[in-house]
Amino acid sequence: MDSPVERVQPRVPVDAAPAQARPAGSSREGAPGPAAVRPSAGPLAVALWAGAVLVPVGFLAVFFAWPVASLVARGFVTEAGFSLDGVRSVLAAPRTWRILGQTLGLAAAGTAASVLLGLPGAYLLYRCRFPGRAVLRAMVSVPFVLPAVVVGVAFRSLFSVTGPLGGLGLDESFAAIMVALVFFNYSVMVRTVGALWSRLDPRTAEAARVLGASPVRVFCTVTLPAIGPAILSGASLVFLFCATAFGIVMVMGGVGFSTIETEIWYQTTQLLDLPAAAALSILQLVVVAASLLVASRARRRSEHALRLRGDAGAEQPWRLRRDLLPTLVTGLVGVGLLGVPMVHLVVRSFATAEGWGWRNYALLATTGDGSLSVPVWTAALNSLVIATQACLVAVVLGVLVSLVASRRPRSPGLARGVRLLDAVFMLPLGVSAVTVGFGFLITLNRPPFDLRSSPILIPIAQAIVALPLVVRTLLPVLRAIDPRQREAAAMLGAGPGRVLASIDGALALRGLGLAVGFAFATSLGEFGATSFLSRPDHPTLPVVIFRLIGRPGADNFGMAMAASVILAVLTAAVMAAAEAVRPREAEL
Amino acid sequence: MRGLSVTGAVVKYGDLVAVDGVDAAVEPGEIVALLGASGSGKSSLLRGIAGLEPLAAGRVAWNDEDVTTVPVHKRGFGMMFQDGQLFNHLSVAGNIAYGLYRQPRAARRARVEKLLEVVGLPGYGARPVSELSGGQAQRVALARSLAPGPRLLLLDEPLSALDRNLREHLVGVLGDALRTTGTTALYVTHDQDEAFALADRVGVMDAGRMLQLDNPDTLWRRPVSRRVADFLGYEPFIDAELARRLGGPDAGPGQLVGIGPAGLLADAAGTALPVVEQRYRRGEVLIDVRLPDGQLATVTAAEKHDGEELSVRLDRAGCAVLPG
Repeated sequence: MDSPVERVQPRVPVDAAPAQARPAGSSREGAPGPAAVRPSAGPLAVALWAGAVLVPVGFLAVFFAWPVASLVARGFVTEAGFSLDGVRSVLAAPRTWRILGQTLGLAAAGTAASVLLGLPGAYLLYRCRFPGRAVLRAMVSVPFVLPAVVVGVAFRSLFSVTGPLGGLGLDESFAAIMVALVFFNYSVMVRTVGALWSRLDPRTAEAARVLGASPVRVFCTVTLPAIGPAILSGASLVFLFCATAFGIVMVMGGVGFSTIETEIWYQTTQLLDLPAAAALSILQLVVVAASLLVASRARRRSEHALRLRGDAGAEQPWRLRRDLLPTLVTGLVGVGLLGVPMVHLVVRSFATAEGWGWRNYALLATTGDGSLSVPVWTAALNSLVIATQACLVAVVLGVLVSLVASRRPRSPGLARGVRLLDAVFMLPLGVSAVTVGFGFLITLNRPPFDLRSSPILIPIAQAIVALPLVVRTLLPVLRAIDPRQREAAAMLGAGPGRVLASIDGALALRGLGLAVGFAFATSLGEFGATSFLSRPDHPTLPVVIFRLIGRPGADNFGMAMAASVILAVLTAAVMAAAEAVRPREAEL
Repeated sequence: MRGLSVTGAVVKYGDLVAVDGVDAAVEPGEIVALLGASGSGKSSLLRGIAGLEPLAAGRVAWNDEDVTTVPVHKRGFGMMFQDGQLFNHLSVAGNIAYGLYRQPRAARRARVEKLLEVVGLPGYGARPVSELSGGQAQRVALARSLAPGPRLLLLDEPLSALDRNLREHLVGVLGDALRTTGTTALYVTHDQDEAFALADRVGVMDAGRMLQLDNPDTLWRRPVSRRVADFLGYEPFIDAELARRLGGPDAGPGQLVGIGPAGLLADAAGTALPVVEQRYRRGEVLIDVRLPDGQLATVTAAEKHDGEELSVRLDRAGCAVLPG
């Protein structure tokens, strides 16, 4: 099959080529005037499409825009009316600036390390050909889908005073958290850069070599500028993930270390200072908006013409002399950074006060020493039920959004609307889950939506978090459909409904597996929003793990380990099943 | 009027007028080819007739029934696309049966079998379309578009993505398939050999307008304008006086004579002209001579010519008289 990226899909036939040269935004007169005679859509079709737009938009408005907007407003409104006092007092506090500094410092360090380690990895895993590469690529991408709480627990036990690396004295330290963040984001860097690097035409570099440039000079003057936008794009994404990391910092930071995210949680749930939390949320939004802006700039730059080829053409066989350094670096990262914590987590889950054994797993059927309200297995079941509900909501809405956003309407107004819809549903990706959870807490607790005690709140919040991932998975698949395929079907007598089912539907079905996997895995491990909304008598697995890790006692710690292994295995199983049915077109 | 009639069709893409007031008609059972360079509006006209592009003005009718506002899938027209547009997620048989879904299963299967035979691919039904060669894929695309028995088949440069030998072979397959199924067809191409080989009538389009629509013989012998003659391959164009001196057809003052590919012959009794260049093509020798008005003209000969001058004359049948 053709690579979707290289396939050009003119909406107009070749004959009318000049029409394509028109910039997309300037098509004022794109639609024929009122005199135009055209087959028109029936009222039923109009109603159905309107529904496909209004249902997801309504959902997003009520469960995302409103809570977040109210949260922002809360920072400015006091009993006396509009006031900047709340924001001002938060901004005046030295604690705020220390936390902002820690957040930015952590994100910057995590990003820098991810880029430095990720580049050799991207080169080795996407530019070189060697046996076992597919397995290595899959292994490298596992950490990204692991729940943050699990990663936090693994690294915490590694660095804890009694852990194997306890001697370094890094427990609850900046460095330890940063290493965990790199573990988490390494694959983002490798995938983003590798995807571009693997398709870079090697002949450009060859041309430079023939002109007398050394390998180092070729890398600096040809390769680096070409993959630069991908590095920038990946780095800003990693920065975003690091700056909004919640679970890892909560588990590993203890009392000594906090970021804006954890501080919002602390102000809300521990100090009950909502205006301060709101002001911090606004600060967080600014950080997120800035990094998203850089990301979109970078992405636009990466769309510059590059000489790209299909995967096969650009790859080279692995050679010891040339590839020694990247191989060593990647091997070290793979074993030391990715392998050791995971292996340690599994091994540690079998360590008990009475020696090695299944005791920690057996204890999962209990409430521990009474610190839990339900047995861990019940929490796991809760997680599965909630993830199923969240997944259902996210996938139904995601399918609707993707279907609408993959249309190419003739009218410029509608085309703008479609682009806007696409952009709007990416917003939850940029707003931290903590903000969403906190927003739910302050808006959905009174009429018309008094859902505070409703069990549906958590799946809805998780669906909001998972929705962008679903859309990002399905949309490329639907967009890769040549519009003439639909025309061909129509010419064979298929009405709009049948075209949708037999062309769009048939292909979207292939992306659906991956979308379901992402949605399910995301909500399974979701901790940011859930930690605000979870009810004590009905906790999810990540919430239980967090509670266990915060309690003293060997059994509690062992149970946290065992529960983390269970959560990791569940997530990995879901993602493995999803990857198995992954279509080529899907990104991420 | 029976068959297709297009009146004053206009297709616009934004400000660009791709089809600018075209009239055309195709009678039942007839094959009409539309010739034109890329950008001439021929594909846009086809899409306008299919309903894939809205008409900014004009009307499309079948048997006098206006179908201009009828949605694509209810027009009963079929289309074969340049790159086939087979559905990759369906087998060969699945593709061909796509337009037959209203028929019972047995009838569907029989129809698929029959069409695979018509296009010369019997037994290919179960194959995935990704395993087909370019030529096979286009045959399947043809079978698929013929399967529902469209009252009009629109073919949009169906062979232009194939290499030359295959194209020449498939023109035959296509023509046979259209004739045996008695399909009414409108065939868009930029290759005049294809058009003349297949069509009952050929139209020439340029800049969104239909310059001439005639049977192949009339079109070839009596192009209505220099533009049409130019497109068909007449060159160079000389004035009436020079044409008479070279023994060509009688042309009035102000008229032009276009020299066709076989319009200039070597003839010892003719006018001696300087030889500029000689080259081989497919076993023949093309000899460029300089006409008295300075233009180059080409004579086809069996072998290379010795000497700096060649005596030539115009062949009346190989030339066309055109308005100036």
